[in-house]
Amino acid sequence: MSVRVQSALFDIGAETAAFAKGRAGVGAIVTFTGIVRDRASGGLSRMEIEHYPGMTERAIAGIETEAIARWHLIDSLVIHRYGALGVGDPIMMVATAAPHRGDAFAAAEFLMDYLKSRAPFWKKEVAADGAEWVAAKDADEDALRRW
Amino acid sequence: MIDVLYFAWVRERIGFPKERVETTAATVADLVAELKAREPRYEAAFADLTALRVAVDQTLSTFDAPLAGVREVAFFPPMTGG
Repeated sequence: MSVRVQSALFDIGAETAAFAKGRAGVGAIVTFTGIVRDRASGGLSRMEIEHYPGMTERAIAGIETEAIARWHLIDSLVIHRYGALGVGDPIMMVATAAPHRGDAFAAAEFLMDYLKSRAPFWKKEVAADGAEWVAAKDADEDALRRW
Repeated sequence: MIDVLYFAWVRERIGFPKERVETTAATVADLVAELKAREPRYEAAFADLTALRVAVDQTLSTFDAPLAGVREVAFFPPMTGG
């Protein structure tokens, strides 16, 4: 189980390969990568991501501990970036390793749902016509109820 | 003394990310009331508490949480990670 909060770009392929390497009991690896998406109207200059150093790592570690308690997981990895990111850049990734795919998929979705609204990150969309904090969606809060 | 931290638009409305506050407030809500009485920018930041979340010593908490022994309180909008 590991957490990395960083401004640096990460390589999805290299991270996945390193995470998957040398695990005798693992039959399934699931990964999810979040990418900076342009606005529907276009013109996004950058996405600025702010976080709460200290609490961020604690909150993510807590979410991972819960995932490991609920599913048969062998390991999990969360990488989340902060700072100024461009359209198409990876924001974050989650990886889960389990003996079977059902646990790996479910735990990855659980981690994503909780990261969205329980890890202290805030996104701001910056464009030539102004900057705006991304509002939390009711759907993200609703998504937690299924767990 | 309590360290009070602000993030995202709460930080922008207040104008800085962190301050040390001398307070005898019993709860988070009491601390908010003290801050609001200080200056209009606090009033602007704390106008709608339903739009805010609070963490006490880096754990998500509620406005009725007691402050005895607490070192750090943070105010921010709902989180938008992922």
